[in-house]
Amino acid sequence: MTCTEFLALLDELMDGTVAAETRTQLEEHLGGCAHCTVTLNTTRKTIEVYRSNELYELPKSVRERLHQAIVARCKNGC
Amino acid sequence: MSTIQVTGEGEQHPDVALVASAVAGDVQAFEKLIRKYDRQIFRIAQHITQNREDAEDVVQDAFLKAYEKLDQFQGNSKFYTWLVRIAVNESLMRLRKRRTGKMVSIDEDIETDEGSVPRDLADWSPNPEQNYSQTELAKILRKTIQGLPPGFRVVFVLRDVDGLSTEETAEMLGLSVPAVKSRLLRARLQLRERLSRYFRSKKAGEK
Repeated sequence: MTCTEFLALLDELMDGTVAAETRTQLEEHLGGCAHCTVTLNTTRKTIEVYRSNELYELPKSVRERLHQAIVARCKNGC
Repeated sequence: MSTIQVTGEGEQHPDVALVASAVAGDVQAFEKLIRKYDRQIFRIAQHITQNREDAEDVVQDAFLKAYEKLDQFQGNSKFYTWLVRIAVNESLMRLRKRRTGKMVSIDEDIETDEGSVPRDLADWSPNPEQNYSQTELAKILRKTIQGLPPGFRVVFVLRDVDGLSTEETAEMLGLSVPAVKSRLLRARLQLRERLSRYFRSKKAGEK
């Protein structure tokens, strides 16, 4: 397996949707390729860091204001 | 597709009852749906519009539009899927207004090879985010994702941040499943490449 072929299956590998046979081939490639190992690990880390950090908080005061505005208009038939 | 709403044998998605009550005039039931999804809608709107005021307007308008059309909601998809679709359209409309004359669309495929082949192959520090304060880190993450085209940002957020399936994401954005897959791979790799500038492990002597 080449690095390009590995890369094409990167998402499937991370999402756990590859067939067992393909997974074995991907793991074999990883065993001998430091570059793809770094790509896989740092891509996983990229997702993890975005998942664990809320970039756009909706402050409580804004939430309440929006809720009130929406509900008031719903009650008036929009 | 009509079985999507059913989460198990005879088990209904909790939104179905809330939507039914809201259609019957129970505004409190609709308020429960607002509380449940407003933060996600705000996040999606903010990622697309890159503008706080616009994102707040999108939250308001998307819920109002959903309420107005609630009786047209067929229930052949999840309420949240339907709501996100409305919010994405509202967000794009606002983005277009701010960028007059510029084409803005989720389905425009960006001709770019950037990030499709990893270039920065240095490994990252074991816990790279710990080298930054919470504020600095959030700033880096925002700046990094803002560099991506809107259609890539929103696919990444729906799939990887919200944890939705490829099929749901495709339905929300009106894209094909292969289009979502291709964008997700490119978004992940481009973000990885860009974050490497901040997170790569420093060589001895490097500042």
